[in-house]
Amino acid sequence: MTAYPMTACSLVANRVSAGYGDTDILRGLDLAVPPGKITAIVGANACGKSTLLRTMSRLISPRQGQVLLDGKSIHRIPSRELARTLGLLPQSPVAPEGITVADLVSRGRHPHQGLFSRWTRKDDEAVAAALVATKTVALAERPVDELSGGQRQRVWIAMALAQQTEILLLDEPTTFLDISHQIEVLDLLTDLNRARGTTVVMVLHDLNLAARYADHLVAMAGGRLHVSGKPEDVLTEQHVREVFGLESRIIVDPTSGRPIMLPIGRHRMVTEQVSTIPPAG
Amino acid sequence: MLLSPTLDSIIDNRRRRARRRSLVIGVLAVLLVAMFALTLLLGQSFTPPEDVIRVLLGEQVAGASFTVGQLRLPRAVLSILAGLSFGLGGVAFQIMLRNPLASPDIIGISSGASAAAVFAIVVLSLKGPLVSVIAVAAGLGVALLVYALSFRNGVAGMRLILVGIGVSAMLDSFIAYVLSRAPAWTLQEAMRWLTGSVNGAQLSDALPLVLAVVAFGGLLASRARDLDALKLGDDTAAALGVGVVRTRVMVIVAAVGMIASATAVAGPIAFVAFLSGPIAARIMENNGSLLIPSALIGAMLVLAGDYCGQFLLPSRYPVGVVTGALGAPYLIFLIVRANRTANSP
Ligand SMILES: Nc1ncnc2c1ncn2[C@@H]1O[C@H](COP(=O)(O)OP(=O)(O)OP(=O)(O)O)[C@@H](O)[C@H]1O
Ligand SMILES: [Mg+2]
Repeated sequence: MTAYPMTACSLVANRVSAGYGDTDILRGLDLAVPPGKITAIVGANACGKSTLLRTMSRLISPRQGQVLLDGKSIHRIPSRELARTLGLLPQSPVAPEGITVADLVSRGRHPHQGLFSRWTRKDDEAVAAALVATKTVALAERPVDELSGGQRQRVWIAMALAQQTEILLLDEPTTFLDISHQIEVLDLLTDLNRARGTTVVMVLHDLNLAARYADHLVAMAGGRLHVSGKPEDVLTEQHVREVFGLESRIIVDPTSGRPIMLPIGRHRMVTEQVSTIPPAG
Repeated sequence: MLLSPTLDSIIDNRRRRARRRSLVIGVLAVLLVAMFALTLLLGQSFTPPEDVIRVLLGEQVAGASFTVGQLRLPRAVLSILAGLSFGLGGVAFQIMLRNPLASPDIIGISSGASAAAVFAIVVLSLKGPLVSVIAVAAGLGVALLVYALSFRNGVAGMRLILVGIGVSAMLDSFIAYVLSRAPAWTLQEAMRWLTGSVNGAQLSDALPLVLAVVAFGGLLASRARDLDALKLGDDTAAALGVGVVRTRVMVIVAAVGMIASATAVAGPIAFVAFLSGPIAARIMENNGSLLIPSALIGAMLVLAGDYCGQFLLPSRYPVGVVTGALGAPYLIFLIVRANRTANSP
């Protein structure tokens, strides 16, 4: 099998302000991604999670501050070289019409190929390993646009895996997946992290899964890092209130020992509260 | 699922696809050569193959030296070169902007090059390679203009296409105006600059085009892989190590260079750039880069279109009229469908 680099690279965002057009979405954000660990980023819609991942992978240039990979600004690193170290799965990637699964996953090898260098056995091995790991072997010759949302998501993850980077950024890798496939993907990323020391950074919306799978949990609010640390320190009733404006109860998961957040809405309580909307008629 | 059987089947499938790709490209190339041979042999009259070969070898053959050497050969060579250029330039734009409507002949680049060529020839009385240079510069200028006019928080595909269609219409009326004011313009000349024609082609016209195909085609070929990765969207391509902006700029320069050089010689042969990519995509069935197949298809379209226009229709038409009649229905089809989805070529 192809050897992965075992030494983990450090990825640090330093007082980063970035956005689109004239508006800053990230405002002086600091984040140190722990090397060789799994980091999960949570936060409300539109708080800048995707913008952060895009900035850390150089898709957006920060207006202020910088992103450092092993102490070196990522803007100083040639794009191909960067892509061999740092991979990104965007939030809603588009597959070209009619492309097959095997072909799409092969695209993950792009940064490993030079202008004239030929496709090698190593490339085939990386693609095969990615298909096996994501359980998409049976789909290999099918066109991507004929797959279900969940199958398609696994194919995209396979493409990112075929890239064989030391750091993997994933923007909501579990969208479209049913619960067992969500767990499968998160287990797979954990395997990757344990076996190869791959640094994983992922945006998740499910706080409980984030707390369960992350070594390091980051909560964002309004373009800033609100709080980060161990899941049990980050996922608290107070933080959920501050970040999501939601009342909740936190209990401990008996299997993982990690915190579980139970949201409290306005309805369906054992002692039902009065609705603020008057009944019809 | 085990790794090694998967690996074997992956390798098998990849080899099978590569073989199929070589086969299809080989067939296209053979077809092109056959068409080229046919146009040399058969025009108003039939010239025996041995005479054609002797003319090609530079011998003087009574009768054949003129019809083959002066008429058919320059015409066929120019058709192929122009077709290659249009096919390559067109598909490069379509891939880059992920939309078959984003072809240089739809978004005004061909019209820009054509307008500049007309202006240079008719008003400034220029000739030869200088006209090509001016056409290339104008093509780039129009590309920049269309890009700037459609820029609002990034360039959206459909906005660029609509702006391009508008610019194209303006440039076409400018061409018509210049031609109408020209002292001695012929209908032939007008047809060349409005729809494209290889009438009166001369071998000396081929040289700037050969240079353009080599230089700009080489540039494009060197970006072929990055261009293909752009199909995945800018974000994914960038994450795969593609310098998106750099690739775009180089592809635009290469594609515009080829389109404009061909236009300066043969006029904006209607819809060849627009049709080649989608036809190639049909034939290749998503098997690798479309650049070479589109180039071959482009050359065949011009060669066949010109042959039809000369010999197979009730009266003689320039090639642009024939390809225009082919392309127009497809354009309408795409515009009707564009309301629903935007598709790659
Ligand atoms: N390409 C863009 N151009 C302009 N504004 C954008 C662009 N992409 C995102 N934004 C804006 O930036 C803000 C942050 O967006 P971002 O995608 O980072 O949020 P997010 O935290 O990932 O949200 P979600 O959970 O919904 O994915 C939003 O207000 C959004 O409207
Ligand atoms: Mg997002």
